[in-house]
Amino acid sequence: MKFPNFDYAAPSTVAEAVSLLAAGRGSAKVLAGGQSLLPVLAFRLAAPALLVDIRKLKELQKISVGEDGVRLGARARWRDIEDDARLRTAHPLLVAAIDHVAHYQIRNRGTVGGSLAHADPAAEMPGIAMTCDAEIRVVGPKGERLIPAGRFFTGALTTALADDELIVEVRLPAWPAKRRWGFEELALRRGDFALAGIAAFYDIDTQGRATNTHIGVIGACMCPHRIPQAEAMLNGRVVDEAAIHAAARAAEEALDPPSDLHASAAYRRSLAGTLLERVLQRAAK
Amino acid sequence: MSFVGKPIERIEDLRLLRGRGRYVDDLHREGMLHAAIVRSSIPHGRIRAIHTSAARAMPGVRAVFTAEDIAPGAAKVPVIPMRLMPVEQLLPFEQPVIAKSKVRYVGEPMAIVIADTLAQAEDAVDAIECDIEPLPPVPDRHASETNQSILIEEAGTNIPISYLATKGDALAVKAPYVRRERLSTNRHSAVCLEPRGLLASWDGAKTRLTVEGVAKVPFQSRRTIAKNMDLPEDCIDMIEGDVGGGFGVRGEFHPEDFLIPWTARKLGRPVKWVEDRRENLLAANHSREIDAELEIACEKDGTVVALRGRLWVDMGAYARANGTMVPRNAAQMMSGPYRIPNIHIESTMLLTNKTPVGTYRGPGRFEADFFRERMFDIAARDLGIDPVEFRRKNLARKDEMPFPLATLNLPEKKEELDSGDYQIALDRCLKEFGWSEKQKLQGKLVDGRYHGVAVGCFIEGGAAGPRESARMVLDPDGGVSVFVGGTSVGQGLETVMVQIAADALGLPMEGIRIFHGSTTCVTEGFGSFHSRSTVMSGSAVLLAAKELKDEIAKRLGKEVPLKDVDLKSVAPLSVESTFHNHRHTYANGACAAHVSVDPRTGHVRLIDYVTVEDIGRIVNPLLATGQIVGAVVQGLGGALLEHLQYDENGQFLTASLADYLLPSATDFPSVRAFVLEDSPSPINPLGTKGAGEGGIVSVGGVIANAVGAALAPLGAVPRALPLSPPRVWQIIQDARKVA
Amino acid sequence: MKIQFELNGKPVEGDVLPRTHLADCIRHQFMQTGTHVGCEHGVCGACTVIVDGDAVRSCLMLAVQADGCKVTTVEGLSGDDDLTPLQKSFRKHHALQCGFCTPGILTTAHALLSEEPDADRDRIREVLSGNICRCTGYVSIIEAVYEARLAYRAADRK
Repeated sequence: MKFPNFDYAAPSTVAEAVSLLAAGRGSAKVLAGGQSLLPVLAFRLAAPALLVDIRKLKELQKISVGEDGVRLGARARWRDIEDDARLRTAHPLLVAAIDHVAHYQIRNRGTVGGSLAHADPAAEMPGIAMTCDAEIRVVGPKGERLIPAGRFFTGALTTALADDELIVEVRLPAWPAKRRWGFEELALRRGDFALAGIAAFYDIDTQGRATNTHIGVIGACMCPHRIPQAEAMLNGRVVDEAAIHAAARAAEEALDPPSDLHASAAYRRSLAGTLLERVLQRAAK
Repeated sequence: MSFVGKPIERIEDLRLLRGRGRYVDDLHREGMLHAAIVRSSIPHGRIRAIHTSAARAMPGVRAVFTAEDIAPGAAKVPVIPMRLMPVEQLLPFEQPVIAKSKVRYVGEPMAIVIADTLAQAEDAVDAIECDIEPLPPVPDRHASETNQSILIEEAGTNIPISYLATKGDALAVKAPYVRRERLSTNRHSAVCLEPRGLLASWDGAKTRLTVEGVAKVPFQSRRTIAKNMDLPEDCIDMIEGDVGGGFGVRGEFHPEDFLIPWTARKLGRPVKWVEDRRENLLAANHSREIDAELEIACEKDGTVVALRGRLWVDMGAYARANGTMVPRNAAQMMSGPYRIPNIHIESTMLLTNKTPVGTYRGPGRFEADFFRERMFDIAARDLGIDPVEFRRKNLARKDEMPFPLATLNLPEKKEELDSGDYQIALDRCLKEFGWSEKQKLQGKLVDGRYHGVAVGCFIEGGAAGPRESARMVLDPDGGVSVFVGGTSVGQGLETVMVQIAADALGLPMEGIRIFHGSTTCVTEGFGSFHSRSTVMSGSAVLLAAKELKDEIAKRLGKEVPLKDVDLKSVAPLSVESTFHNHRHTYANGACAAHVSVDPRTGHVRLIDYVTVEDIGRIVNPLLATGQIVGAVVQGLGGALLEHLQYDENGQFLTASLADYLLPSATDFPSVRAFVLEDSPSPINPLGTKGAGEGGIVSVGGVIANAVGAALAPLGAVPRALPLSPPRVWQIIQDARKVA
Repeated sequence: MKIQFELNGKPVEGDVLPRTHLADCIRHQFMQTGTHVGCEHGVCGACTVIVDGDAVRSCLMLAVQADGCKVTTVEGLSGDDDLTPLQKSFRKHHALQCGFCTPGILTTAHALLSEEPDADRDRIREVLSGNICRCTGYVSIIEAVYEARLAYRAADRK
């Protein structure tokens, strides 16, 4: 399983990287951590003419925490998120979800930007971006743009990113300290892609009712998405067993998961409902 | 001075821990070229053309060969011969080493590309177009049975053979309790961590072929290569290096074992081939796919009076070298350690458009134990008998040894358990497991998970004959070199042989060098399979040591302990001895498992697993325990995770380690093994029994029984492996529907 | 492309195709064959090496990406003469059989214990879940790594 032939460049600036991508006219690919792209090349499922390695773009490694939320540089690794103590309060949902990503060695190289660009429907980072209304900052030949996560993921392994655009950052909106949240997924082994996973949070209004509920699914879908039907079952209600049950059933009804060699659609649907129940039970405690 | 019986640290480790092992892909030869194989992407089809010209023109490509080059025109492509239990009716089903007119499974070799680098060879593989006319695929045994689409037209049927294992008159037995069940085991395999590989070098001037990367049965493989390449056997050296795991699959003759040496000879250059992981999953022997329909007949008190029924064994596209052992063992070993007086098991081989089947650690036995132990637990539950007492009542007794198993036909093979007091292992297992406490959890719901425990008993056959040799040389420097026919597949052969030799000679281990496996070691060797090496090579070492001591005594004119002899003064000396054996050793054991099951997700968590095995005399308890724990975890993989899957058209779905799920370090943290030596084998001078496979044999049965016990309150009954979360969830849904 | 990096404490330089992964480069260009290639798609962990202090899969890293880095393989863990405490612990606990996964497990464990000499058994299991061993069943490996922690704590104090 040797990689197909390709050229390689390691530019020193974002501008240089973008111009290399533009010159490639669709035949150039960004190489970040390589933990998703290189297996794809090993199986020869893609054959880019040029890999643009962004390892020299140190400015993309930064994680910043401010009043407007958390900003993760595209080259921030899973390991960097794990090691950054600020994130445990600044975005506990992110930290909990990223804890499920792959294994030790992969976590030392895999990056936020790489995962977003790869857009695996079972991957945690795209799921968190969707659930949290993240914005993805990308730079192209004509400048930069901010793409809301809801418009970024367009299908399994496909995104709104143009061939000549580079993800530089993902912005997660601010996280109130009293927010209720939870994350659950089930994979066949630790570190495997989830058969289904649920990320959820809501805030509590002055009457003790849920508001601003966000529920996102991974694995049991072709593309990570929110589940508005389940969110509606919680908004304006006290999150009790009845509300949780109603939300879980609404989620099961709303989902349209795929079947594959690992699990049937029926299983994934049921699993997602079960996980949502568990997420909400934990969040409500 | 005594080494046998002690937990001696391994000799092998000194190099392996420092990255100084020598595995086949570590070898480089002057002028070496690299091979890659073009494999069929079509499960069943007729080959119209293979277009190779574009590939031949690519950078670095030296040659492309197809079946036409190997067997031009009307010539017959060489086949992989049946190594074990060959019978004439299987001959039409042997696999050609390269597809000529038809392809019969995804992964079947169609061409071989030779290039300067492996990457270039793979580039060229991508450039070869295979024009194949698709034929209706035979994806499973049901389609096979109809014979509507025939894999091997010359044979006229997809059903090569049916074996019969019989004892008493099971068909005539009437009993107050009878239950029939359909059960099945899942296609999975060894998946050694080191992919298979070969490095073949041809020296035309000396008419000498050297093949490195060989394993398991080098002498047998040499015989096949010699015959198929029309070379005298003594012109071929098969050289064994470090081997990254065997488990029955690696080293058995595969198509590449012919193609690579043939190519090296054809080009007059060393050729290296190392399979990638996708090829390993696709092309190395598969195993374990059996459907069973069985009936158990019992007295009201739980005495089993008969076990009868049928097995359908999915063999894949051909009958490969040792594939017959799967249906044969599954039938003959069905009774395990139990005294079932009447047995009638018909075991049918069926061809499908899938990768051919060979043996994988505990071949046929893992499957048989799953079937039998499931039937036992179902029967015990129906009859209201404690599962431990059910087994205790039916175990073969010490005073009945040697105890006959069912007799197998085609060819006829009788088999008997050599020795053992089976209650001892059962008692010890229950004690170590804490059965009396844990069984209180049976079927209980604790924190959202149902708990279940189960126990099972097993036997492990070992020490396949007919013979094995050892050569012992007293070197001029006073050291002793020991050469054995046994092969090392990572099990610690070197350490074990040196322990045995040191004790037998009365010398320290340090002065003894060990050489194994290669055809240059002994005149004739048989290798390592069927848990035979410690018994067979070890016994041969014992005989050789005695002979060497006799020779030295002759030279000195008196018997003196060797440690007191100036060995340089009597060197050089060389002896070769052979140990003959036509019976098998049978280790025995018991195992117990505790699981909890999440009824909402179907997830099974293993909380505890204990296995106790009496392996006769223990040579090295550290290594013996290591074999057993490792085997158990492999079995847990097969019971809960591993599944080689095809779609309904015969396309292979699990071609990566992301889809074929091997156990990892977090899956099964609590596995405990205990070895006993209460029943030394009476049939070899060491008293040892084979111990490499017992751990795996019992896992499927005991895990399924524990899951069944946990889910009994829901009425869910496991009947098939692997018990993955989706499958367990499904049987719970099915039970709900019935209720 | 020309590359230079430090391999087991010694500078090396070579000329590689961009498509060559680091494992192949180390094994076939610099002939240090202790690092093994088990799957080439980032699952088995046999090829784990330490790059600038981090354990990484060398089949999922291009050799050109190692330019300027410090790379340690199993050969770099011990000197010529003796086994390290970690290696001795593996031998004592029979934490290897065929030895093919062992180099990747040793480099992973070494990287872990160098940073976390107090890692408990659960943490060790979690970290090693990225390394497939087909022989041992892991029980002995976990014990071997757990026992070797002492040596890394001692190293901390130096």
